[in-house]
Amino acid sequence: MTLTKATDGVKTKITSLEATHALRGKLAAMGIVPGSEIEVVRGAFHGAYIIRCRGAEFVLGRGLAHLIHVEG
Amino acid sequence: MSQRKIIHAALVGNPNCGKSTIFNNLTGARQHVGNYPGVTVERKEGRCQHRGVDISLIDLPGAYSLVAYSEDERVTRNYLLEEEFSEGGTRPILINIIDSANLERNLYLSVQLKELGVPFLLVLNMADIAKKRGFEFDTHKLSQCFGVPVVSAVGSKNEGMDAILDGLLQLSEQFESGNFSPEKPEWLDYGDEIEAEVALVVEKMGAARKTNFELKIRNPRLDAIWRRWNAFKLIEKDDEILARWEDDGVKKQALESSQRLEETMGDAVEVLLASERYRMISCLCAEFVRSPAVQRRHFSEVLDKLFLNRFLGLPIFFLMMYLVFQLTFALGAYPMDWIDAGFGWLGDTISSWWSEGSDSMLKSLLVDGIIGGVGGVVIFLPNILLLFFAISLLEDSGYMARAAFLMDRFMSKIGLHGKSFIPMLVGFGCSVPAIMATRTLENRRERLATMFIIPLMSCGARLPIYALLIPAFFPVEWSGTVMFLLYFIGIVLAILLAKVLRTTVLRGETIPFIMELAPYHVPTARTVGIRTLERGWLYLKKAGTVILGISIVLWALTTFPSLPEERAEKIASAVQLSDEERAEALATLGDGAAGASEEEKNAVLENRLARARENAVSEGALEYSYAGRLGKAMEPMIRPMGFDWKIGTALVGAFAAKEVFVSQMGIVYKVGEADEESEPLRAAMRENYPPLVGFCIMLFSLIATPCMATFAIMMRESGSWKWAFAQWFGLTLLAWIITTVVYQVGIYWNIGTKLIGGG
Repeated sequence: MTLTKATDGVKTKITSLEATHALRGKLAAMGIVPGSEIEVVRGAFHGAYIIRCRGAEFVLGRGLAHLIHVEG
Repeated sequence: MSQRKIIHAALVGNPNCGKSTIFNNLTGARQHVGNYPGVTVERKEGRCQHRGVDISLIDLPGAYSLVAYSEDERVTRNYLLEEEFSEGGTRPILINIIDSANLERNLYLSVQLKELGVPFLLVLNMADIAKKRGFEFDTHKLSQCFGVPVVSAVGSKNEGMDAILDGLLQLSEQFESGNFSPEKPEWLDYGDEIEAEVALVVEKMGAARKTNFELKIRNPRLDAIWRRWNAFKLIEKDDEILARWEDDGVKKQALESSQRLEETMGDAVEVLLASERYRMISCLCAEFVRSPAVQRRHFSEVLDKLFLNRFLGLPIFFLMMYLVFQLTFALGAYPMDWIDAGFGWLGDTISSWWSEGSDSMLKSLLVDGIIGGVGGVVIFLPNILLLFFAISLLEDSGYMARAAFLMDRFMSKIGLHGKSFIPMLVGFGCSVPAIMATRTLENRRERLATMFIIPLMSCGARLPIYALLIPAFFPVEWSGTVMFLLYFIGIVLAILLAKVLRTTVLRGETIPFIMELAPYHVPTARTVGIRTLERGWLYLKKAGTVILGISIVLWALTTFPSLPEERAEKIASAVQLSDEERAEALATLGDGAAGASEEEKNAVLENRLARARENAVSEGALEYSYAGRLGKAMEPMIRPMGFDWKIGTALVGAFAAKEVFVSQMGIVYKVGEADEESEPLRAAMRENYPPLVGFCIMLFSLIATPCMATFAIMMRESGSWKWAFAQWFGLTLLAWIITTVVYQVGIYWNIGTKLIGGG
């Protein structure tokens, strides 16, 4: 399922990223890669998602959450 | 004299890892900010000394990775390649700053540094925060794994700086004496499939013709490392590296390997490599990091519950903005008064060097031209500094990131990025640092659009114009409203213009929004101070140079050529008092008018006539001067807005720098020491123009032509004079259209068209 279906507080793992080369690279450098464990801190918040990955918090906005597939 | 040894060093690390704080700590005021050639990324250099050794330090832009997805990362990567590997390089020792509370992600860069085979020092920064969260590190083990020295530090408290410098010296010595081992450690293994493909590419490199790129390597020991690193980049399809390799055999192999890996392992290559790196890092960390079982709820989370609250978040944001502006204007009032008094005193003192009523040109130049011009700028310095201070405070505390995010939803609707909002905020102070602040925007089109609309944020330079005209034409109770109205119009226009630009000329998709929410922390005085002064200095420099120069030029334009004697006499003798004026003059005698003597009446009338003659001659002189002729030439174009040639000349000056408008009007109406507080000037304005025109002047100034300094910086930051010109022309045209409409509508419906001053 995509990240958009995950609810607040859920801990899950990323399975794939449906994004352009540049974007994937950027996400990768921040630690957001397939296999990474993430926690959904806040979902559907003003159109964005706040996740925690490897100890750091990130805001993913503007439909980015639709491109991230997670387990569950 | 023996040569002082110099060590070159560079700070690398993630954004938000405290790198700059440490840089500031080490170099203090001995910094210099410049530019990397061809890009707008800032180059920060500084110096310091330690145990008799000179150290030249560079603060590289923050980078998450050497794979270079942003301009910042590209600059960092290229700097490293140039300096470490080529003939003329300075071979800097790297100081890798790590945010210890985010170890894994920060080590992503460190692993890549290790792969490059360059010497680096690991600095576990923000050690206090890590400790508070319950992390424990076995620094000895970490040091062994990476084969480099490890140091702990708390940059924000200035702790550990000596240890860093000691480590740097130690590493430098090691490197010089050849004791540094650049070879890759055992754990740096990407797994069989990937390693196999890399080996294939490296093999091809061995057989390849040496490219220019390769020939530059000076150290043969690094040959193998260099090739391996390049092989990875080629497989990763890194555009820049691909472009530099000329050998087709190598590139073909890289492409094959790349495809094979993607097929067998089922994902894009860059993702595969990133995953592997993180896997390595996780394993490593298991050895030397002890994470707390449960991460303690930190302060940041609590704060975010408030600042990023679903319902309270935005209101709180608006409250913050309101406070920022309140601070700027309210607190700024006090120092403003002092500066005003100071310049006033200066003006008086200089005037007193000449006898009363003297017509000296030099005096005029000094008092009207220079002091009037420059003083008008400096007086708003406190306001601007306070604004920059408030912004720096919010930036350093971490709140700005949240603000950018809260704004993003709205910003993306008009085609801009959440991060666009910060430069716009700075724009309320001065467009110059604001346009520079757009460097954080990665998407070129979003950046251009943001830069384009920044001048519509009513900048500090327009304040003198408002300060002069609002009290002149509007009742006191309305002043706040009118000012707010002007700011509001500016913002609305900016929004509309952004939308238009982004749907036409600068069309492009909005890139997704990814931003790290760094934990909040107490702003450090040093960082905030340096930031504030950096931006404030730009404003002041503009005053000292552009405005000073312009003031002199304009003074000259309005003084020369001077009216010949005969013409002056002719004008004067043609002046007669109208009936109204006679009556007005006689009225000053008060109730005793009827009983006043003929002498008294004559005296009063003579006085009035003399004054009228003076004014006529002044006006004649101005018309005769270059500035006047320019104004007259412009008149047909500005008439539809309700402006006359006098306003025209002042506007010409305003192009150079908005603040100059006021002093120019002062010269036009021969009001000596004209600044925005000048009652005589206000009276003169009132006497000659109706409130509608007063408003139109402010409206035009708001929308039109950014000043010369803005033009210059726009040229530099956008990379071409075309954008700067488009901005200048576009905004001026927009201003003309809107002001004309407003004026014509006002005339039609008779709003504010009556003169409220004397006849």
